[in-house]
Amino acid sequence: MSMTAQLSTASGVNHVDADIKASGNSLGIWAMRVAFIALVVGLPMGFFQAAERSGLFPWLESTAVYFASTTTHGVLLAFVLTTFFTMGFGYHTMAHSINKKAFFGWIGFWVSLVGTLIAAVPMLTGAASVLYTFYPPEMAHPAFYVGATLLVVGSWFWVADMLIGFTQWKRENPGKPVPLVMFAIAINALMWGWTSLGVASEVLFQLIPVSLGLMETLDPGLARTLFSWTLHAIVYFWLIPAYIVMYTIMPKEAGGRLFSDEMARIAFVMLFIFSVPIGFHHLYLDPMQAAGWKLLHMFGTFMVAIPTFITGFTVIASLEIAGRLRGGKGLFGWIMALDWKNPVVLAGMLSLLMLTAGGWGGVINASYSMDVMVHNTQWVTGHFHLIFGGTTVIMYLAGAYWLWPKITGHALYSKTLAVWQLWLYAVGMVVLTGPWHALGLAGQPRRVSSTPYNQFPEVVASWGTYELLMVIGASMIVVSGFMFIYNLCKTASSKIAASEAEAKVEYAQAIHPPVRVPRLLNSFTFWNWAMFAYMIISYGYPILQFAFIGTPGVIPWGY
Amino acid sequence: MSSIHIDPLEKKWIWAVGTIVVLTWIVQLYYAIADSIHPPSNVEVIDSAKLHMTEEFAEKNLGVKKEEDGSYTVTMVAARYGFYPPMIEVPVDTKVKLRIASFDVLHGLHVPGSNMATMVVPGYVSEVTTAFTKTGDFPMICNEFCGLGHDYMYAKVRVLAKQ
Repeated sequence: MSMTAQLSTASGVNHVDADIKASGNSLGIWAMRVAFIALVVGLPMGFFQAAERSGLFPWLESTAVYFASTTTHGVLLAFVLTTFFTMGFGYHTMAHSINKKAFFGWIGFWVSLVGTLIAAVPMLTGAASVLYTFYPPEMAHPAFYVGATLLVVGSWFWVADMLIGFTQWKRENPGKPVPLVMFAIAINALMWGWTSLGVASEVLFQLIPVSLGLMETLDPGLARTLFSWTLHAIVYFWLIPAYIVMYTIMPKEAGGRLFSDEMARIAFVMLFIFSVPIGFHHLYLDPMQAAGWKLLHMFGTFMVAIPTFITGFTVIASLEIAGRLRGGKGLFGWIMALDWKNPVVLAGMLSLLMLTAGGWGGVINASYSMDVMVHNTQWVTGHFHLIFGGTTVIMYLAGAYWLWPKITGHALYSKTLAVWQLWLYAVGMVVLTGPWHALGLAGQPRRVSSTPYNQFPEVVASWGTYELLMVIGASMIVVSGFMFIYNLCKTASSKIAASEAEAKVEYAQAIHPPVRVPRLLNSFTFWNWAMFAYMIISYGYPILQFAFIGTPGVIPWGY
Repeated sequence: MSSIHIDPLEKKWIWAVGTIVVLTWIVQLYYAIADSIHPPSNVEVIDSAKLHMTEEFAEKNLGVKKEEDGSYTVTMVAARYGFYPPMIEVPVDTKVKLRIASFDVLHGLHVPGSNMATMVVPGYVSEVTTAFTKTGDFPMICNEFCGLGHDYMYAKVRVLAKQ
């Protein structure tokens, strides 16, 4: 690779006006504070659940507490942590990459926060134990649905902010490529807009009216179909910020260059297109959709392998550049030459490893014919903890280690503690999810608080050995979560100023910094229409059918 | 004219990944068509509040029936917190068609180690056809959260040797 000539030029530092910087930093850190409070409250609940369902601590067992905890754990980590992290990261990115101030800003933040607090009351008092996937016709307290809706509505202000900033910048800079980091966060915002429509329709037209008694019955088949619209793409809404850290921050932190700016854009565009119209792999075993539609969604589901593997290639190639610049030789020597003591680099490596393992597991879930063996078993829990907890959240943690000194102006309290924390987190995640995959293959269902199948003692006994491992893994994750929060708090209250390098917001530069890129890789218009068409094809009839198949209404139930 | 740089190695990589995706499509399509492996997808509605008033799901008609072609049809109801009838007996290596409806909320069922699995969604009849390949007693576990008694919801499948 002959890139040395270009390496001395170009910088990823952009001019930012002081007031825009202040606004982006302030929105960024406040949204992330909420996100990480959700994390540190949600993690011990996960540990409790692992311990409770293991059967090793009989004095701990309580079905009611377990399902209230599961619901809260899911909502806090999958909805609150992710939405607030992504909002905060987006506000910070918009200020620092394109020098734009959020138009709505705090409105979105407050609507989402108030929604979260409203939903927290019924969740914590056990009045909303319907899990974060809702599960009508079981009904929770209306405040749960109203609060969850406000959380999403708040995020729509953020979506508007990202798209307004993106559009304004393009108008002021005709023909210039939007900086990759902003391109990616804006396409994530657009995708979240599309994604959230499914669950929003379910909640607004079915769950809130029924929970308030305004409607007597609902169609759970329609509710599940609408939820599937959201259920897979929301995973990419969580994952894309992690990929953004890998593409635009990690190469710089590693001391190298981004291997390809254009391939990164292609990957993000593909993630957008193949995110939403493929949700039926969550409904493979549901009776209310015909097989042909499931097959169609399967084809699209597997397409996501392409942007995933492009990401793997581009990100690893970027790391290889860094490794070789640091003196690494040979086929694998560059790996050892990487800066394993840099939290972003370390998190990225661990994240990619867990993505590889979790991705292969996901191939089974997504398979039209093999899903039946693992559907709703612990395999699925193992899969999404590896992809979400492992691959995604570890990059949020790395992002926070990167951002905290930049926003607070204080040096990171302890890089060593951060490195130990990330190792402990990743090892804990593997120790937790490995046994879950085994338990799933052995048929243990997910979403149970105990396994009292005492007519089948040999089946239950075959699961026993894995239960202890699961508890050990969960405890490692909880400890590492506290280490993370401790490090951030100590950083915020530190008296040591961040070094210039630590305080500077600098995104990775590509080997070939793009001068012009094709319109399709710099604009969303075409892709937005493509999404519209693809959604009509894949969700049009499957939703319309509920207007004429005549499902008798199903009455709501408590739990 | 704007151009994009794709490294030749990355191009090969994308071709390889594309080939893998197409192969996974072909394998799944092949088994779906050749072995007729499809997930339960019969799109058949029913009034969950009136199951007991239908012919098929009335209590006296639940259970195992032998069809004229030698296959078996099992009719069951899923209701908090059990499957009814709570035990079924079917022969090994014989086609078994399960038809099941929910009396109340969402349920799911799975007989670990077999392809007997489906969601049970109120308002719909689920139908799944398989053949058990091993004899013995197996749990049929509810694998979808259906309320605070969900843990205790399971039935027994007894697979008998062929006579």
